[in-house]
Amino acid sequence: MAVPRAERVTKWLIAGPPLAFLLAFFLLPSLIMALASLRYPGEFGGLAPLAARPGEESGLTLENYALFFGDWVYAQIFAKSLVIAALTTFACLVLAYPLALLIARSPKKRRDFMVLLVILPFASNFLVRVYAWMIILGPMDLLFTRFAVIVGMVYVHLPFMILPLYTNLEKHDPTLLDAAQDLGANAWHTFWRVTFPLSLPGVFSGSALVFIPVLGMFAIPELLGGKDDWMVGNMIKEAFLGTRDWPFGSMLSLMLTLAVLAIAGAAALFARRGAPNE
Amino acid sequence: MNRSGWLWAPSLAVYAFLYVPLAIVVLFSFNDSRLSAEWVGFTLDWYRKLATDDAMLAAARNSLLIALTAALIATVLGTMAGIAMHRYRIRGLTFLVLTPVAMPEILLGVSLLVFFIQVLNLTLGLVSVLVAHITFCIGFVAIIVRARLAGMDESIFEAARDLGATPWQSFRLVTLPLIMPAVTAGALMSFTLSIDDFVITFFTAGVGVSTLPLQIFTMIKVAVTPEVNAVSTLLMLVTLTLIVLASRVAPDALKGRT
Repeated sequence: MAVPRAERVTKWLIAGPPLAFLLAFFLLPSLIMALASLRYPGEFGGLAPLAARPGEESGLTLENYALFFGDWVYAQIFAKSLVIAALTTFACLVLAYPLALLIARSPKKRRDFMVLLVILPFASNFLVRVYAWMIILGPMDLLFTRFAVIVGMVYVHLPFMILPLYTNLEKHDPTLLDAAQDLGANAWHTFWRVTFPLSLPGVFSGSALVFIPVLGMFAIPELLGGKDDWMVGNMIKEAFLGTRDWPFGSMLSLMLTLAVLAIAGAAALFARRGAPNE
Repeated sequence: MNRSGWLWAPSLAVYAFLYVPLAIVVLFSFNDSRLSAEWVGFTLDWYRKLATDDAMLAAARNSLLIALTAALIATVLGTMAGIAMHRYRIRGLTFLVLTPVAMPEILLGVSLLVFFIQVLNLTLGLVSVLVAHITFCIGFVAIIVRARLAGMDESIFEAARDLGATPWQSFRLVTLPLIMPAVTAGALMSFTLSIDDFVITFFTAGVGVSTLPLQIFTMIKVAVTPEVNAVSTLLMLVTLTLIVLASRVAPDALKGRT
């Protein structure tokens, strides 16, 4: 049976405007950037016109990719970014778990307030939260170090770990803990063999929510780190606004996108595997 | 209770970790010294200085203008997207709505930079920042609105139709009032996200236009001064008010269950 005409019109009246907006200002720019990674830089920054170079047919090139894969430096910065993101994620997990568990096991009336207390500092401006650590770590001579970068990263992203963990832990059936205890498990075993495995979907989605933005961060390394702490984000920023080599910057952005997709995919996969009862 | 007793110590430590740095920022905004190293005495000088800082005031005006406009447009488009995602299966719509929210911000920033300059030949400024903000706010509004719709009884909409309501009537008289708390929460969230955004603004603002976060970034890149503490404290006050407001209108939207 054909869908009535009026129904179809309504559907596109509702979906059309946001769809058109996102196609124009999200998908199209993303595709153009992917294409830009195959072009030559312009003489004064930006992109060279297509087919502008003498002897070049198309104005397209794999030069940027050759540069990336030909020099260790870039792979090293990517590796360093991954390490910083992994350390941040782990630190967030360790800090977030007890609090998320406590909130989940608190009386229902108190939970919303405890969650609000987690969200509130998160509402202050991102730069203000970074600045706070500049004031604290400066006099301690810890500013412009790798340590400062990771502290800043953890501070800014911690709520992203606490909230999904809490949402997961809140759903656990408390009788499972009684059962484990009755079967002779001590507190540690109950946690490690019952609570933690059940919370894995929360752990993975929280980890993805921390890992991904950290990987693309440039402001925190720039404000809290030293020259040695440059991450992918700083390279991208430098290519677009410093050297103005847009094709190279576009190539780096594309690499970052691929890394993010791989991580998000892995997290989704693990989260599904880790949820035996859902 | 006994079982979770050991959780209190680490949890309180985490709460302290979350709040102490911000408390220090607020405290030193009243400190009568250029250095934020020790407490000298109480002063409101940094706030006075702020009130006469023309660059900061202009940035604040821009931020407010952009945040209000972006929130308005993103709320309309995001609500439409949320309803569409709930009601229809449109291939790609969910992907288009959710990806800008999940991606590292820098990617949206640089792709829009290339797009505005290379394709649209646009001079970066208020308009480019506005478009960029709307792009990432749509997703947040849509998520909140869809979550609200998902929790509702479909039969209300069928009843409206059976009673002869046109699609527009059923939207205006049934759907909209029901999703209003989510729409309001989405608007407040968009406003907050927009007024706070640094990364995407950084790439799409160009040289002519400054916003509060851009201004703060420039200041803290150069030197740490208590004037930054003062503007930070005021900004905290604004977002705090909005959060409290949002939690009044739509408590569910803030519980991380969206």
